Amino acid sequence: MKRHNKILVFLIIAALAVGVLTGCARNADEVSTGKTNSIEEIKKRGTIRIGVFSDKNPFGYLDENGENQGFDVYIARRFAKDLLGDESKVEFILVDAASRVAFLESNKVDIIMANFTVTDERKEKVDFANPYMKVSLGVVSPESAPINSIEDLEGKKAIIAKGTTAETYLTKNHPEIVELKFDQYTEIFEALKDGRGAAIVNDNTEVIAWANQNPGFVVGIPNLGDQDTIAPAVRKGNQELLDWINNELTELGKENFVHEAYDETLLDVYGENFREELVIEGGIIE
Amino acid sequence: MQNLGIKVLFQGMNLQRLIQGLGVTGRIAFTSIIIGSIFGMLLGIVWTSKSKIIKFLCRLYLEVFRIIPILVWLFIMYFGVTTALNVDLSGETVAIIVFTLWGIAEMADIVRGSLESLPRHQIESGKAIGLSNLGLYRYILIPQAARRMLPGAINLATRMIKTTSLVVLIGVVDVIKVGQQIIELSRIEVPTASFWVYGFVFILYFIICYPLSKLSKKLEAKWSD
Repeated sequence: MKRHNKILVFLIIAALAVGVLTGCARNADEVSTGKTNSIEEIKKRGTIRIGVFSDKNPFGYLDENGENQGFDVYIARRFAKDLLGDESKVEFILVDAASRVAFLESNKVDIIMANFTVTDERKEKVDFANPYMKVSLGVVSPESAPINSIEDLEGKKAIIAKGTTAETYLTKNHPEIVELKFDQYTEIFEALKDGRGAAIVNDNTEVIAWANQNPGFVVGIPNLGDQDTIAPAVRKGNQELLDWINNELTELGKENFVHEAYDETLLDVYGENFREELVIEGGIIE
Repeated sequence: MQNLGIKVLFQGMNLQRLIQGLGVTGRIAFTSIIIGSIFGMLLGIVWTSKSKIIKFLCRLYLEVFRIIPILVWLFIMYFGVTTALNVDLSGETVAIIVFTLWGIAEMADIVRGSLESLPRHQIESGKAIGLSNLGLYRYILIPQAARRMLPGAINLATRMIKTTSLVVLIGVVDVIKVGQQIIELSRIEVPTASFWVYGFVFILYFIICYPLSKLSKKLEAKWSD
């Protein structure tokens, strides 16, 4: 009994110690939010630190020589060129999906451009600039029996992966459609090839890329359901940099730069037909 | 198809990058293992002290590292403490600090355990022949305890090497992360890349872990004479 008490005491003290540690950290965060990462600071440093993915082909990845490449990276390089006069003055910080917010909050990057989807939850922690890309659900079906509208799916089986946005969307908005659910991502594509369902409903980037690689299948509905946008994010309160990015996106829109980025980095994967479905030019959704 | 898969390893700088990643893994693991062993040994000896306060502090230190996941420690140190103290430490430095602190804690416990497991009469006989405290440890306790702590220490070392894969979450590019980058790059052209890359990473881990268990076997054999 006595031993147990001791262990309990240790646990409590350990918990307290951690509480103090993280508490300190939080305080410091609040204090230093005041001094925002202004443009001058970046210019003084001579490089802009942009957080990108290193393993999400074709948005942010490393090529076989270890060089950063991809759609996000292409736009990030241009930011560096316009802000600091040279494309090479960008320091790419390789981030993971789970730590993107933390990198911004702890001021280890100036901008996150790691395919960052704008959500209400994230808006509480970081400031999003205007978007440069949009995603929604897409529907891919065989060319011989195309599904071109959601009505075409009525009474037929829609193939979906469990736990995805597609599942939530269909169950909520179209309960009349029969859902054929699979655990694994790879299974849904096999299921469509086998003809076990009429179409796949999934993230449009995924279905477009897949249809592009698999002749005989067509994306009949490229935009279904709620549209999500992808935007650069800065540290909460860094208004100066946020304004600069928004202005930069407007300027780039005049020369159709995001389209150029698409052609350079995404064309091979998504093909000619879906440029307008994915790209946002000038930071404004049309 | 198989030829295609293994080719991925030799494209561009891939092989070199994997070896570099292994270098990062090795640097973090071995620095912390070496420093951790030395200070862990000292702390383990201190831990056998009769003072209740020292015992309590040692136990507290160990439990703090044992109970809180290493991943959480990495986050606290990298995102929290560096911001709080306003110092700019690289991810790799933070990783070495966290792994060293962890290594010291666990190693000290192993040393304490093996020292305390020695029969009481060893200490008494040592004192009876007039050895000083230092001599007691130097000639009687440490040599005997060393054999007992070996399996635990090797186990800890390999565990530390493998746990280094967590460092990707604070932005350090280790061998596993390089592997994932390569797999993802060739996702569409070479679907079997993951098998080859992870297979190769497995061999790399084996190459750095196996000599350790070999060494432990050798030492155990040598010390048992």
